[in-house]
Amino acid sequence: MAKFFAITIFVIAIVSAIPILRHTWWMAEDISTHGAPIDEQMSETMAEAGISFLASQFILGYFIWKFSNPKPGDKIKTFPGGAKAMVWAAFLLVGTEVLALGVFGVKAWANVYFTPPAANAVPVEVQAGQFAFYFRYPGPDGSFGPIHPDMINEANQNFYGLDTDHDADSKDDVVTAEMAVPVNREIHLIMHSKDVGHSFFVPELRVQQDFVPGMDLSVHFTATKIGRYEIVCTQLCGLGHYNMKAYLSVLSLEDFDAWMKKEKAMQ
Amino acid sequence: MHDTAHAHVGQHAAPTSFIRKHVFSLDHKVIGKQYYGLALAAVLIGMFLSWLMRLHLGWTNLAIPGLHLLTKNGAPGDVMTPEFYLQLMTMHATIMVFFVLTTAPFAAFGNYFLPIQVGAEDMPFPHFNMMSFWVTFVAFLVLMSSFFVSDGPTLGGWTQYAPLSAVGQVGGPGEGAGVVLWALSIAIFCVGQLLGSLNFITTTLDMRTRGMSLWRLPLSAWGWFITSVMGLTAFAVLMPACILLILDHVAGTSFFVPANTVINDQMQPHSGGSTLLWQHLFWFFGHPEVYIAIVPGMGIVSHVLITNMRKPMLSHRVLVYAMGALAVLSYMVYGHHMFVSGMNPVSSLVFSFPTLVITIPSTIVVLIWMGSLYGAKLRINSASLFALGFISMFIAGGVSGFFLAQPSIDIMLHATYFVVGHFHLVMGVAAMFGIFAGTYFWFPKMYGRMMNETLGKIHFWCSFVGAYAIFMPFHYLGLAGNVRRYQAFAPEYMQHLIPLHKFITIAALFTGAAQLIFVYNLFVSRYKGEPARDNPWQGTSLEWSTPTTPPPHNNFGDKLPVVYHDPFQYGVESSTGDYVMQTSPEKAGPDDEA
Amino acid sequence: MATTVHEPPKIESQRDPSQSHGGFNGGGQGLVPGKGNLPAVKHYSPPPASTGIWVVLASITMTFAAFTSALIVRQGSALDWRHLTLPNILYVNTLVLFASSFALEMARRRIRVIAGGLKADSGDPSRWLYAALSLGLLFVVGQYIAWAQLRAQGLYLATNPNSSFFYVLTAVHAVHVLGGLGGLLRVIRKMSNSTLRKSTLDATAYYWHFMDGLWVYLLVLLWVKL
Repeated sequence: MAKFFAITIFVIAIVSAIPILRHTWWMAEDISTHGAPIDEQMSETMAEAGISFLASQFILGYFIWKFSNPKPGDKIKTFPGGAKAMVWAAFLLVGTEVLALGVFGVKAWANVYFTPPAANAVPVEVQAGQFAFYFRYPGPDGSFGPIHPDMINEANQNFYGLDTDHDADSKDDVVTAEMAVPVNREIHLIMHSKDVGHSFFVPELRVQQDFVPGMDLSVHFTATKIGRYEIVCTQLCGLGHYNMKAYLSVLSLEDFDAWMKKEKAMQ
Repeated sequence: MHDTAHAHVGQHAAPTSFIRKHVFSLDHKVIGKQYYGLALAAVLIGMFLSWLMRLHLGWTNLAIPGLHLLTKNGAPGDVMTPEFYLQLMTMHATIMVFFVLTTAPFAAFGNYFLPIQVGAEDMPFPHFNMMSFWVTFVAFLVLMSSFFVSDGPTLGGWTQYAPLSAVGQVGGPGEGAGVVLWALSIAIFCVGQLLGSLNFITTTLDMRTRGMSLWRLPLSAWGWFITSVMGLTAFAVLMPACILLILDHVAGTSFFVPANTVINDQMQPHSGGSTLLWQHLFWFFGHPEVYIAIVPGMGIVSHVLITNMRKPMLSHRVLVYAMGALAVLSYMVYGHHMFVSGMNPVSSLVFSFPTLVITIPSTIVVLIWMGSLYGAKLRINSASLFALGFISMFIAGGVSGFFLAQPSIDIMLHATYFVVGHFHLVMGVAAMFGIFAGTYFWFPKMYGRMMNETLGKIHFWCSFVGAYAIFMPFHYLGLAGNVRRYQAFAPEYMQHLIPLHKFITIAALFTGAAQLIFVYNLFVSRYKGEPARDNPWQGTSLEWSTPTTPPPHNNFGDKLPVVYHDPFQYGVESSTGDYVMQTSPEKAGPDDEA
Repeated sequence: MATTVHEPPKIESQRDPSQSHGGFNGGGQGLVPGKGNLPAVKHYSPPPASTGIWVVLASITMTFAAFTSALIVRQGSALDWRHLTLPNILYVNTLVLFASSFALEMARRRIRVIAGGLKADSGDPSRWLYAALSLGLLFVVGQYIAWAQLRAQGLYLATNPNSSFFYVLTAVHAVHVLGGLGGLLRVIRKMSNSTLRKSTLDATAYYWHFMDGLWVYLLVLLWVKL
């Protein structure tokens, strides 16, 4: 029975590791400038965690195999080194691992959060609401008009609550249901929620950020590959949560300008 | 006269009426069994809900015959609606976390065995103890009653993030009365656990019998004691949070809902609330809660392992210190649940560090277990299998914590199935294995009959292989960006993951069915099991020294035991074989204090 | 019923220094008959109540710490923080609560004297206990008047965050005070049938004085923050 148990543990450990090694199901390809350190951090952590997992499962299985079903005359033995060895091992192994991961992790994190967006970053605003994202571009004047929450009216397509009759800044704002950005340009994404908590997640972009009602947050990123990607909501926001998504098109500069012109005409 | 009077603490005469004996009993053993029964009912309901969810995730448009009987509007034509899925999910999580993982390993086994293991006749405040159970029972009824309100239970997830949880009916179905009942149930539950913690702490500190110093407590008793200290602080914080949430609902206050909230084009009548406030209060409770679920399991597993390895742990004290360190650190790490919540990015790094550090005591615990296995004379039975399975699961669930502790990687894994896989393995399955190990181990003492070993082993194999088959693929899903709390997978990039979901569903149905073997075994063994001897596992701690099995009303008959040893005198040469019981004056070896 | 602990071997008590922390080391000499009924003095005094009271106070402290941090966070996020003038009756209530504690202390002192067997006729402690009870009740009534005054000003629970926190904090405190009144009633009942233990009395007294301290803390917090 014990040997069978040990073999089961070996088999489970190996089978669990195969899809990871083969990348059967894996992270989407990175299309951002800040994603490389995150991916690197991920592979390093995967290596360290994977080795810890396999080694400890194997040792566990081996000990179960070796030390069960004792013969009558057998005596118990104590692990050489005793508890002290274990405590040292834990501090050294995990301590260094933690320190290493911590230090590199800080770098990857700092890349994302501790650098301000460049002055020439393209400003885009995203508003999350049950159960859709809407995007706003400031238009030629480069500034967003003020939002009047009491004027939000979905039937009139006034998703943002803009007062185009009175606010000059609002007149040239372009509101879209799909997000488009020029390739290789830094984007400054300003985020706000009109109702409950939501989140903005684009796996390929290595961006995930919650919308926190009552707080204005922003992220910035640069997409490096032309294509069409999905933005999904990752913060439970109600019954339509699963279906709250939008498309992100990364376009060449010409295509982006053309797209903007078309959207502008539809306002 | 003097001694008689001392023994008066917690003492009460054996009840004679049925009601006082089995319903409103003051006896910690009956209360422990009541908690176990509640947890058993809750876990079966919780598991049934997870089956429904899994079926829906594998085959979204599947009609589940009879589903409409469970809900008014949630299943037209027996096909689950999106909101009903989320309601089932929320109820599954709430039932499991509060009414199974907190009640079974801590309140059920702790109530039954802590007083016996310290050598007391009962807990010092038996009336509080009785209230603790019945309050918890009422909390469970309140939670279940939300199935019967017009728009069903809450769908906000067990974390109940504001403002979705606080805006009320306008936020969608399940956001009205369901949330109020949820918060009320949890607030009541907190009262019950606070009363329980009070009894556990005083039992450990004040009710120990002669010779039972703190260091002579078995590791299971240490697990319950440390957990009760955590419970005392954690539940005392959750209760105010629930009160404020209820007020936002029924009294129109604005603790959690900010100004300018627009739902269905309507400005909500709220001003200036803080949504992060709820997250801070909730996770200050929520992270220690994870350890409230797992630390009693660590204690139980250590206790079961020592008895079945026939040798002591490498170090009793190091294990106790490590469990204590887990308890202390668990309060400093809660912010890692909020890495992408818009909290100051510096705080994310501040919270990341203790989160990585908390792996050190966890690793110490695992290494001590494995190092102690070296040179053991390991007995393989259902209890020890589940204890060893606990270690395997704890490792598997623990290593994925490395990922989630790092804010940069959390960008990719936050709110994905990776997180779901992580906590199901490390606190769900591992804690359940602890409960199973405890059940197979202590059932003979609780009911005077042995459980069926063959069925126990079949149950173990199905659960062990099944749990890995269910929860390992969760990690793959998470890496591929599969977001949790989705009732169906609308985004295109998730389409290729659906076959994996189908596999998980089949594994879950199979593994869940295997749990019915356990339930069958419990009931059949209860009435038809082989009669148990007083000390079937040749254990040393005080629960094996009771004069009868199950123990009499006052646990030790007319004489309280006197303790001469540490609880781990195994692998010695003695008149009884290879162990010396705590109550035996026999000297166990050169280092023994007796 | 005859529960005799059999004597441990001598070597045991010598070698186990920690034994004095655990086991039946008692919580001090016991108490206390009403009306100076000395023969009924009981010589046991269970320590769990004296440990338990600290456990209870710790958990109440955590609860109010949570409320405090909620108040601070909420104030930080708010643009709708409106100054609220505390009703003057709160200061009177504070004195009432302190007087109640004083009365309980007087009762405790008299009980101690009687239990010590020094003077059997130094006054009836139960009169002081009733005084403590009535003053405690008066405090709750006073708090109710404070709420009524606020309502008269048009400040309801949901009017603004300041009023919300005022009602919530004072109400939760009042509920705890009511619990303390229950404890006092229990002490009075136990004294009248001579089953009062020293630890029960002490625990009730600590709880009651803690309510004073907690109230002063809340008053300062509300005064500073609101």
